[in-house]
Amino acid sequence: MKALAWHGKHDVRIDNVPDPEIVNPRDCIIKVTSTAICGSDLHLYDGYIPTMKAGDVLGHEFMGEVVEVGANSTLKKGQRVVVPFTIACGSCYHCGKHQYSACPNGLPADNQDIAQELYGHEMSALFGYSHMTGGYAGGQAEYVRVPFSDVGPIVIPDGVDDDKVLFLSDILPTGWQAAEYAEIEPGDTVAVWGCGPVGLFSVQSAFLMGAARVIAIDHFPHRLELAKKFGAETINFEESSVYDALMEMTGGIGPDAVIDAVGLEAHGLFVDNVVDQIKASTFLGTDRPHSIRQAIIACRKGGRVSMPAVYGGFVDKFPLGAFMEKGLTLKTGQTHVQHYMPALLNAIMEDKIDTTFLISHRMPLEEAPKGYKMFHDQQNEVTKIVLKTGMQSAA
Amino acid sequence: MTQPRDDTRDDAPATASKRGDAAVEALSGTIAEAQGSHILGRAVTINKPADELFAFFRDFANLPSFMENVVSIDVLDDTRSHWVVKGPIGRVEWTARVTEEQPGRLIAWTSEEGAQIPNSGRVEFKPVEGRGTVVTATILYDPPGGIVGKVIAKMFQREPGIQARRDLRRFKQLMETGEVATPAMNPKQFEEMGL
Repeated sequence: MKALAWHGKHDVRIDNVPDPEIVNPRDCIIKVTSTAICGSDLHLYDGYIPTMKAGDVLGHEFMGEVVEVGANSTLKKGQRVVVPFTIACGSCYHCGKHQYSACPNGLPADNQDIAQELYGHEMSALFGYSHMTGGYAGGQAEYVRVPFSDVGPIVIPDGVDDDKVLFLSDILPTGWQAAEYAEIEPGDTVAVWGCGPVGLFSVQSAFLMGAARVIAIDHFPHRLELAKKFGAETINFEESSVYDALMEMTGGIGPDAVIDAVGLEAHGLFVDNVVDQIKASTFLGTDRPHSIRQAIIACRKGGRVSMPAVYGGFVDKFPLGAFMEKGLTLKTGQTHVQHYMPALLNAIMEDKIDTTFLISHRMPLEEAPKGYKMFHDQQNEVTKIVLKTGMQSAA
Repeated sequence: MTQPRDDTRDDAPATASKRGDAAVEALSGTIAEAQGSHILGRAVTINKPADELFAFFRDFANLPSFMENVVSIDVLDDTRSHWVVKGPIGRVEWTARVTEEQPGRLIAWTSEEGAQIPNSGRVEFKPVEGRGTVVTATILYDPPGGIVGKVIAKMFQREPGIQARRDLRRFKQLMETGEVATPAMNPKQFEEMGL
């Protein structure tokens, strides 16, 4: 089959690799119909994520048709499914509490050592995202082996377009969880740092949860424009002082809840032994810790901080004093995708949430390397690229 | 100088002691026919009833399905079994004998005379309300080649502490999900990668 494989920094290629087969009884194999390039895929593309190996197949936002099932899968051939990017078993203590991204049972035992050393505990496995998160081949391919297919993938009713439901795999639940973690009360003002896909879905979610006002912060005009479409007020941080603007816009109180989505839709795990490398690449050193600092300083006293943005190592100058003195609450974490999928599918079916607005480009899987370059080079115009299998090249 | 112990010790498990010899000393007394100069202890919580976990574990023929370095276990009779294990410098073998057994609760063993790696230990199963069972393994062993052998083993990732941690994770996966997690793309690759 054809698959998008990583070969090094800024080097991704379409490789011919063997088709996946059923290995464990709960597996299924899906034939991918649509798969997206995620902002966090760019971290792999830029070479920031350790434990990548040449030939690793990328992609963790994907959906398709079930073509093969293991003995204990509950899916049927021919069903269309969206697959969560987190691999969770559904039967451990954490899954029982719907903390799916904490499930340790999809991560091979040998791969658990790094996270246990760094974070004290292992995390869930992810598709197409380095060997630290399991080394599973991802969805930017014609076929994917999906473990725990009896509990992970959600079946999509016939007649619903791929483009409407594809983002259930990751960014829509991530934006929704971010808003939920902001514990929005009716009448609240919510400020969202970052208008990437997660930030934009947070904006929509915050309004659905009763926010009176949402203030979106970014520097890409096109992305701010999209936030405006959903009713958000905007601050371009290249033109205005964010703190001053927020104070004035909220009568000196500050936003009731702040959401840091500047990590785009990132889920990368950056280990401390590469922190230096990352800092040298000005990655941790610039906007990311800056946005969480700014969010904490701007948040009203007794307010809530929600952080879908990913931090993997250590952050300097975290304003712990402001955090304590103002009595803030912080909620964060990888997304418990499986928990949110059913309700969000309903919301999409009832047209309460718009997902397709995000897609700026559609192209054949074969053109994925071009897609990575475009997404990397043109963040203003390229909001989301969806790759399709069996699509004719436009060129 | 003797260390006062019983009245001043904290409640931490002896295997977490910063003094390795203290742990060996403290735990030797809890293991029947203890032998081995090094100790390791690991605990894992598995969301299944203790009886079920014990039953699976007690059938030693099941153990290679989650113990990576075990090549084979031949059950000789009700209490004795012959183990062939991949070591850092080749295969090692021993015959183990069950020294204590409380169904659903505890199993302890010791290696018989002539073992290439003399060892002994116990595995306990403790039910925890709402969370399943805490499985605690405590193993005493003589590393092959003494301390040098231990370093070599660590280099090759066959250090018993690392192995025990991984084996317990796989035991948890197998019991909770019916599978051992693998990124393999097909059964042949799974075979090549090992557990």
